[in-house]
This record gives sequence, structure tokens and C-alpha cells, in this order.
Amino acid sequence: MRHAVQALWAVCTNSYAVGFVEAKIYRGKLKNICLPGLNCYSCPGAVGACPIGALQAVMGSWKFSVSLYVAGFFMLVGAVLGRFVCGFLCPFGLVQDLLHKIPFPKKIRTFRGDRALRLLKYVILLVFVILLPLFAVDIIGQGAPAFCKYICPSGTLLGGWPLVLGNKPLQDLVGWLFAWKNVILITLLLLSIVIYRPFCRYLCPLGGIYAAFNRMALYRLHIDEAACIHCGKCAKACKMCVDPVKHPGHPECIRCGDCARVCPTQAIRMGFGRREKRGEGTKVV
Amino acid sequence: MSMRLERFLPWLFVAAGIGCMALGALRGEVRILFEKAVNICLECVGIG
Repeated sequence: MRHAVQALWAVCTNSYAVGFVEAKIYRGKLKNICLPGLNCYSCPGAVGACPIGALQAVMGSWKFSVSLYVAGFFMLVGAVLGRFVCGFLCPFGLVQDLLHKIPFPKKIRTFRGDRALRLLKYVILLVFVILLPLFAVDIIGQGAPAFCKYICPSGTLLGGWPLVLGNKPLQDLVGWLFAWKNVILITLLLLSIVIYRPFCRYLCPLGGIYAAFNRMALYRLHIDEAACIHCGKCAKACKMCVDPVKHPGHPECIRCGDCARVCPTQAIRMGFGRREKRGEGTKVV
Repeated sequence: MSMRLERFLPWLFVAAGIGCMALGALRGEVRILFEKAVNICLECVGIG
């Protein structure tokens, strides 16, 4: 069911089919609107704007150093959905989910250093999304979108591959940067077979932003403490290595629902709902 | 954090978010975002 929602959302938000055929991008009014997930606006099919790209574009412009519009978008989406966006509304998340289904002899769930490495996405957010576009500026005061330029695998896969394949003039411009971005993309695609969602865990700045809202978001995990028998099946099922009973609002929880599916007593529920008072038998955070 | 604050905090952010988006749109940020989004981003696709 979750993959169906992910696929439907990816198709709807990348539905400019003409773009794929003619190797061009959509230029209509819908591109005024940010999409919640990491969906490159240079994907030929994209009908909305990437919020991380939009943030860098506004901050890197000579006119503004802070983007109230995009910051407001993050507050609105984060406070309502938190990392539900990661679990259901991100096309690159879907790609990683599907790759992880490929059988492999030794899947890695976690490793020494996994927890520390997950902080890297906050460093990337600070350095590549905020500081470099603000301060690494050209002669007229414009900063480049450093995360998009040097790291973003979604842009390479959804934008770079279809546009370069279908556009001869772009093919002539390909150089070391394209090669570097493809190294990052292919490494992440291969790693996704072995580790669940490596980009989301370690590199995605958008996931880092929504993670900050997870604890308070209106869409959340509800744990029925009276029904919970502390069997630990939910923690074992969680591919992001979260214990949902101990930390239902954990910043790494992408609201995939695997924990709720395996719970033998249906003690875990996902959704919107009133935050219960403490002692009412249900833990929310 | 008190329970009351925990209950209202997401709504505060929803209101702040809508307010910030409105202010950002009024001061012309959406035009910059749109101009970037409707032109092929050479950095994003790896051309530079």
C-alpha cells in the first residue's frame, strides 16, 4: 500500500510526459509551488519545484539572504507531516525502497558508526544548502546551489539522465562534474541494495529538516501502552533502527508503518489524532 | 515541556509557516523560485 502511494505520488508530481519525450522541462505556473519531497525541478516530468533547490536559489540570489517562503513551507509541511514525507512522498525514497528489495546475501541493518554518520546530513544542510549559497558568491553576488551541484543524486537520476540522454547539446557539455555526480548516484543506488535508504540516513538535508519536526508533527505514531507487551518485534522490524515504543517521535522515523504491521497486539497506530494526556494509557512522544 | 505547549506547538508552526510563506510571496521570493524552476538547472543535472 505504501509503495502504491509513493508510486502514485511520484507519477502525479512528474506527470509532464512531453518533457521525457522531447528532453525539456515543464514551464507552467505549477512550478511556483514547492513539492514536499526531494524532486528535482529539472526532471523533465516535474510539475513542481524542489524545496531544497528553491531554498538555495532564493538564498543565493543577490536580493535575499533568507527565504521566508521556503522556510515557511518547511514549517508548514514539517509541523503537519514530519518525516511522513520521506516515507510516502519522496521519489528518491521510493527508488531506494525498491532497490532494497533486491535479494543480497548479507543485508546490513546497522554498523559501528551508523549513528554518528547520520549527523552528516545536518552538516550537509548547514554547509551545502545554507552557507555555500550564501557566502560562496560570484562577482554579482549570486551563489550557486551547492548541494544540487555537487551532491544531489535525485537531480542526477531524475534530471541529468533523461535530459542528457535526450538532448544532444547537453551531451556535448558533460564533463567531470557529471562524472562525479554519477559516482555519488551509482554508489548510493548500489548501497541501497545492502543498506536501507543510505541517502536518507546519512546525506539528505531535506530529511534533516523534517526530522527536526518529527517529535511534534501532527501525523505521528500512537503507542497504546496498555496493549503493548514489550515483545520488541516493532524495533526489530524497523529498517531505520528506531525503537518506536521507546521513541515514537524519533527524528529517524520515516513513518513507513512496518512497526504497526508487525505488532501482535495492534498497539501501534499511525495517523493524525489528539495528543493524549499523560497517564491515559497511550504514549505519543 | 508542558502538555498544553506540546499540543499547541505544531499549530504555532503551521501558523508561522503560513505567515512566512505569505510574507515571502509578498516580497517577491516566488518569482526567483519560479525563474529557477522553469529553466534547466545545469548545476542540478551535473553540467555545472
